Amino acid sequence: MATSDLHSGAEPAAGASGDHNITESAFKAYWKENLSLMGILLGIWFAVSFGAGILFRDFLDQFSIGTAPLGFWFAQQGAIYVFVILIFVYSFMMHRIERKYDVDDDEG
Amino acid sequence: MESTILGMTPTVFWTAFFVISTFGLYIGIAVWARAATTDDFYVAGHDIHPVFNGMATAADWMSAASFLSMAGLIAFMGYDGSVFLMGWTGGYVLLALLLAPYLRKFGKFTVPDFVGDRYYSQAARIVAVICALFISFTYIAGQMRGTGIAFSNFLGVPIEMGVIIGAIIVLFYAVLGGMKGVTYTQVAQYCVLIFAFTVPAIFLSMQITGTPIPQLGFIGTTTEGVPLLANLDRTLTDLGFTSYLQGQKSMLDMTAITLALMVGTAGLPHVIIRFFTVPKASDARKSAGWALIFIAILYTTAPAVAVFARANFIETVNESTYSIDVARGEAEAADQGDGATPQWFYNWERTGLLGFTDKNGDGQIQYRADAETNEVTTLDRDIFVLANPEIGNLPGWVIGLVVAGGLAAALSTAAGLLMVISSAVSHDLCRKVLFKNMTDTQELLVARFAAVGAVLVAIYAGINPPGFVAAVVAFAFGLAAASFFPVIFLGIFWKRMNKEGAIASMVVGLSITAAYIVHFKIGFSSAVLGACALIVAAVLMILHFGLKGESDTRPMFFGSLALFGVFLLGAFGVLPDIAPGTTDQWILGISPEGFGAVGMVIAMATAIVTSLATAAPPREVQDLVEEIRIPSAKAHVSHGPAE
Repeated sequence: MATSDLHSGAEPAAGASGDHNITESAFKAYWKENLSLMGILLGIWFAVSFGAGILFRDFLDQFSIGTAPLGFWFAQQGAIYVFVILIFVYSFMMHRIERKYDVDDDEG
Repeated sequence: MESTILGMTPTVFWTAFFVISTFGLYIGIAVWARAATTDDFYVAGHDIHPVFNGMATAADWMSAASFLSMAGLIAFMGYDGSVFLMGWTGGYVLLALLLAPYLRKFGKFTVPDFVGDRYYSQAARIVAVICALFISFTYIAGQMRGTGIAFSNFLGVPIEMGVIIGAIIVLFYAVLGGMKGVTYTQVAQYCVLIFAFTVPAIFLSMQITGTPIPQLGFIGTTTEGVPLLANLDRTLTDLGFTSYLQGQKSMLDMTAITLALMVGTAGLPHVIIRFFTVPKASDARKSAGWALIFIAILYTTAPAVAVFARANFIETVNESTYSIDVARGEAEAADQGDGATPQWFYNWERTGLLGFTDKNGDGQIQYRADAETNEVTTLDRDIFVLANPEIGNLPGWVIGLVVAGGLAAALSTAAGLLMVISSAVSHDLCRKVLFKNMTDTQELLVARFAAVGAVLVAIYAGINPPGFVAAVVAFAFGLAAASFFPVIFLGIFWKRMNKEGAIASMVVGLSITAAYIVHFKIGFSSAVLGACALIVAAVLMILHFGLKGESDTRPMFFGSLALFGVFLLGAFGVLPDIAPGTTDQWILGISPEGFGAVGMVIAMATAIVTSLATAAPPREVQDLVEEIRIPSAKAHVSHGPAE
């Protein structure tokens, strides 16, 4: 911890906007939260495209959305809508995780 | 028949009007956004707002093929066409979650920059440069060809002339403005192309389903209250066509193609570099989201247009009465009574995109699956987008807008590719490998000359398209999936990945995928074998000069000379001709388009096995990986007193 102490001691005025260190354990916890969020979202990514649109489409086609068979609709429409949502959810959740561990890239 | 404006038919006049005015707009933007520094030239000064970058990415991404051909392709393929819809959008999720923010935090100019630094190896950098150049050249030749065809179909300009005009426009704003000019032009091009695509789609949807929103019309009923999709499916099967709702491809092949297109999208260098232009890592994520929204507007409209257009084609053209008088321009289709062939059919027949042969001599058009009885002898898939304004009874200027939209799509993609080629040559090859003491000014000059050189090659390839242009989808996406994606992904998420793993992964992934595609799409003829030898010879020669002084490169030098000999043998036809593979020989029934997914898995496995068998990467590289995992530039990981 010597370098960390030295660092914060040398720059007391730097405050929130200055350079700062995070501990290795905090870094690992941050990365783990990122990976599990990613895992969940990629699971949904797989489920709506490869799952609903290809592997289970015959099963889903017994249901319909409007007049379109559901599996077919997922392959040509639904998967795309979910993809858009996934990216914005990731962006929002990731920002929260980054702030929690003080590694975000917000100005000031 | 129609009044003329300035001696031209209204369609030609409005096409010329929109093409010339949008080109003027692009040039104006380029003059305004001139690039002065290498930062401006390569990454637009890292200063593009995420929403604008999203728009630019969408234009960069959507090529002439997405704009003009995709709806038609889906109209013919039905469910099988879903691979393009999911594949070309799902890649953005991978990009946003796995690659873009980390590459932005890394903060350099190009993809080979990342590969070279992360794998502390000039050889890895050189292999990456070659991959980037090969992928981008394949792709740009197709765009140039598309530009030429659009010009020749609508303005009566020869294809060669069209290719040259398009190339000069792109060259102008790419050389002058660099990435900054390209970005703002792409924003304008996105607006042109999305407007040109959605307006006719809305009118078509109104006419066929009674709702202005194509995405709702897609799941709705026709104006007569019949379910749209089920009705089309039944009509098609009655005429002997394959079912619209049931695919022909196997489940495994569908999965492989979709995966290859997704991973390939995330690994395409011209898409990745767009995310270097935003200010911060978190902006890269947001920007990928915006890009996908802008892309999704077109990609969710296209399958609806596909259904509307094919249903309408059968409804109005099949069994309609064809009039020779209208074909000669001596009468109007509207005066021919009920059941007459619509006017737009005659208009497009003149361009050669549609053709009718009255095989049974009954004066009516029979549209059938069976080639013996089918009388629609030419049916270009682009017709399903191009004819929409007329089918929807829109004024003549809308067609002009659609052509301008198609050109915007082709030019914006060509410009993005040009930036990759230019930076790969000037920055990665010249500055980082061959002439390490170049100044910024010299590098900028080389970048501009490289862009000019690349355009000349693209013009040549657009006029004399080499065989592989037809297989552009398989090549560009398959190779990106099997070469770039594994090394970038593992480089970020696995600290233990080392340079031996990276080089082996790229070489193995690229060669296996390329070999499979060439074998099934082109065939290893003597000339093709010679061309392959020439490419490898060039790579070895660059490695020899680039690695001089680092290690003993004489084997590379002599290997290169030997391969050059093989090239000469191939060029003179001395090597054996191996016949192209047939579809029943596909491994596990996986098509060349889907093989990129297999190549990627093999590349990943190679990377992991090779890395574990060789020494771990040095400490500073592992620290670099930690750095790029943290978005903040000011937070650092402390490793305790041991350091």
